[in-house]
Amino acid sequence: MSELKTAKQHNAPLMGESELHDHPVDFNSYLRRCGAVLLVVFIAVGFMIWTSFLPNIGWTLKICIILGIAACNAFVVAGFLMHLLSERKMVYTILGFTVSFVIGLFGLTIWAMNDFPKGTIIH
Amino acid sequence: MDANVEQFPPYRKADTHDHGHDDHGHEHFDPGFWAKYIFSTDHKVIGIQYGVTALSFLMFGLMLMMMMRWQIAHPSQPVPLIGWLLEKIFGQPAAGGIISPDLYNSFGAMHGTIMVFLGIVPLAFAAFGNYVVPLMIGAPDMAFPRVNMASYQAYFLGGLVMVVSFFIPGGAAQAGWTSYSPLATSIPTHGQLFWILGMILLITSSLLGAVNFIATIIQLRAPGMTWMRMPFFVWAQFVTAFLLLLAFPPLEAAAVMQLMDNVAHTSFFLPTGLAISGKIANVAGGGSPLLWQHLFWFLGHPEVYVLILPAMGIVCEIIACNTRKPIWGYKSLVYAVLAIGFLSMIVWAHHMYMTGMGTVISTFFQATTMIISIPSVIILTCLFISLWGGSIRINTPMLFALAFLPMFGIGGLTGLPLGFNVSDVHLHDTYYVIAHFHYVVAPGTIFGLFAGVYYWYPKMTGRKMNEFWGSVHFWCSLLFMNLVFMPMFSQGMAGMLRRMADGGANYSAEVNSRAGGDVIGGLSPFIMSLHTPILWGVVCLGLAQIPFVINFFWSIGHGEKVNDNPWQATTLEWQTPTPPPHGNFDHPPEIHRGPYEYSVPGHSSDYTPQNEPEVSTPANPKIPTTAH
Amino acid sequence: MEIPYTVEARPDTGLYNAKVGIWLFLASEVMLFGGLFSAFVLLRVGAEPGTWPHGWQNVTLGTINTVVLALSAITTLMAWVACKVREFGKFKFFHACTLLLALTFLCVKMVEYHEHLNHYEIKLKDGQIADGDMVENNKDADHVVIKGRYVKSEMELYDLRAQKDIPESEITIPRAQIDDMQSYGPWHNNYLALYFTLTGLHALHILGGSIVIGYLWGPGRKLWKKDPERFTNRVEVSGLFWHFVDLVWIFLFPVLYLT
Repeated sequence: MSELKTAKQHNAPLMGESELHDHPVDFNSYLRRCGAVLLVVFIAVGFMIWTSFLPNIGWTLKICIILGIAACNAFVVAGFLMHLLSERKMVYTILGFTVSFVIGLFGLTIWAMNDFPKGTIIH
Repeated sequence: MDANVEQFPPYRKADTHDHGHDDHGHEHFDPGFWAKYIFSTDHKVIGIQYGVTALSFLMFGLMLMMMMRWQIAHPSQPVPLIGWLLEKIFGQPAAGGIISPDLYNSFGAMHGTIMVFLGIVPLAFAAFGNYVVPLMIGAPDMAFPRVNMASYQAYFLGGLVMVVSFFIPGGAAQAGWTSYSPLATSIPTHGQLFWILGMILLITSSLLGAVNFIATIIQLRAPGMTWMRMPFFVWAQFVTAFLLLLAFPPLEAAAVMQLMDNVAHTSFFLPTGLAISGKIANVAGGGSPLLWQHLFWFLGHPEVYVLILPAMGIVCEIIACNTRKPIWGYKSLVYAVLAIGFLSMIVWAHHMYMTGMGTVISTFFQATTMIISIPSVIILTCLFISLWGGSIRINTPMLFALAFLPMFGIGGLTGLPLGFNVSDVHLHDTYYVIAHFHYVVAPGTIFGLFAGVYYWYPKMTGRKMNEFWGSVHFWCSLLFMNLVFMPMFSQGMAGMLRRMADGGANYSAEVNSRAGGDVIGGLSPFIMSLHTPILWGVVCLGLAQIPFVINFFWSIGHGEKVNDNPWQATTLEWQTPTPPPHGNFDHPPEIHRGPYEYSVPGHSSDYTPQNEPEVSTPANPKIPTTAH
Repeated sequence: MEIPYTVEARPDTGLYNAKVGIWLFLASEVMLFGGLFSAFVLLRVGAEPGTWPHGWQNVTLGTINTVVLALSAITTLMAWVACKVREFGKFKFFHACTLLLALTFLCVKMVEYHEHLNHYEIKLKDGQIADGDMVENNKDADHVVIKGRYVKSEMELYDLRAQKDIPESEITIPRAQIDDMQSYGPWHNNYLALYFTLTGLHALHILGGSIVIGYLWGPGRKLWKKDPERFTNRVEVSGLFWHFVDLVWIFLFPVLYLT
């Protein structure tokens, strides 16, 4: 039973997995939580579409805003639907390394493609 | 009692009903021939499957190279002994038994691919890792046995696709193991397509294997086996698995894109205005050949650390055991290997200094490349210092392990001029590069792997390989490896480029002077003459492997019979019966000490196994037992 | 000795084996799609100004797919919750919904692909370009009929968002006048190549995930009777994969459809 205690201590109240064993009523509150997440996702998607159709704004700014909203959307899905907000340190460590390498892949590649020797003339 | 042991509750109740049986599981494990040997999920069987397949591919790759070296030393002359066979198999590209330039290119591309992806990685990572790692950490098997089987099957299929590609019209891939676009897409045969499909299968195999290894090492360590009590070999495999897990997928993405370029006529890597054979190609354009290079080398560099780290782990285990003293600097080794793992992901563009990158980014990659040499040196230094003051036992594994140290040293040091962008301008794509990486992989990694074969053979079969023929194999391999690769440094510095089917004859001083050109820029007769000793070296190197192959198979039935722990080693794999049964251990072993407790003052025996509960001392003598 | 921690969590990590395994696998998938996205960024940034398409996707269909996938993420989670509270009937219902939603997604994707592959750019010998959906393309006939428009240069075809009320009419083009005819497939330009590759790979993942969920929903449910906790873990692990696939779409949709 010590395992359950550890699980309860580590799990955030939001995702109380161990609570779900004997409380059917939590199923419905879980369902309501999911509904809230879904609503947030739909609103975010709506915002993205609206932003994309705005006239008189440059594409660069639009892309930044849209990707920003997408990132928030991703955070909500990953955090709540994948329980990432209440996951273990081990998972955070794995993801932390992954994210840093993705940033390296993107960043260093783009830097390399855009760094030219001094005096290069670009038409 | 060890505090670390008590934290772990007993395994779940459903698992405990097999305790008390001295047999393997809660039922007699007798799955029949096919499930036991072909479709096995047992990590030991899978390890041996990987090992035998990989060794076969290594021999195949060596044979390809022997034919190539003939062509280099004697351009346009029929290959002796087997020229007729080549003509029979390949037809027109080997007309008259002469290796044509296209055939040479495909041999070259496949030599690299086969050695790296079908030979070394499966042997070093999958074969040794699968067999030894679960035993070393006290686990009953890998975390996901069926995924393990799937990963071997994907490897086997990938290998099959690669071998079959030799026999399709047009032959195998010809664009180098690096398969650079647009060349890879422009070659009008299907060899490149097969290469890509084979690579996708091999990458899948590696990914599945990597997930398995990491999950096993994280989750299945026996009670008391803390992170800092793991043998260094396990740490090396852990970092290798992470490199495979995170570095291979971008190459898979790139391979998918190159596949689309090949099959769906996209232009991911094809620039606007591309001309093939003098005509503007009918493609959309707008692509970037450099993109392929970045994505390839993003894997390519961590890949070379995948090649070396398991061998370093093996050498560490063998040195500890055969010096009868603990490894010097265990913590340094662990931190160094973790640093190598992390840094290896941000050095890749040192393979691309000649692509027109600016000085700032080149300097960044040069800096990270220099920094990454530090942990490598730390590892080598720790291994060297570990020899000091040891009671060194010389046996075949130790011979290979000792030779690894200076050979890897040469390979590593010769990498430094390649890591500096200034000197790399002169050395890039020359034979110097070939010499450098072959020194780290051939007398480096492969010696480590041979050492591993001789070392763990008694655990797999209950018999030792013959020591005399082992020594013959070692000394001949050492001599001829150096004969083959040492001259290449000179050739490279003189300017001889890679991948030339005529061995550089077109650029030699003789040809230059006959054409009335400047002799100074040409390759001197001396440099060209080095091809001959290299050819002899390769042939003798190939012959030197014959005693190894014979020894390997002969010793299964006729080798000297030994007990469960013939090397008197401390690590867990030697504390099991020989060969270990399915499930490895009846009960989870309890670990009480670190992995290298050799010659500890006060102990009666010069080695104390990790799971030994009470130490034998003069006051309290106990005969060390192997747990059954 | 049985493999430990297949169901109960290992105390120091707090995870059971399959959960570690799936997160590791998802990390590798992040790198895979990351590689493709980095290719997108590079090719986009490196493209000649004005030659990158805008507005070539059907945003309505894309939004439908986004809604479908978000819903399926919820149903997947609820299926796992149902297993946790040991209500197998609810599990069957929710995962049936997941499978139907996945099928819907793939069907919509097929429609989108068909729309693209049916759209042609026809370069005429006199330098004009006709662009539109194919209406009639009989091999025996000496003409083709498309529903679209004529443009003077290819540059006009790229930024559809900037153009309002594009006039479309049925155009008949004699084959003799056609210099080159190409559908809007991956071969047409890099944007479409990326679109088809990214969404194609994503669709393969949807298919793979559906097969796994379908297996658990169908033949795999035998494990429920023997070991419900282990079955629940399998549902959780496959759910995590499904949520990841949804996550990829959350980035794919804005990048491909809205920018």
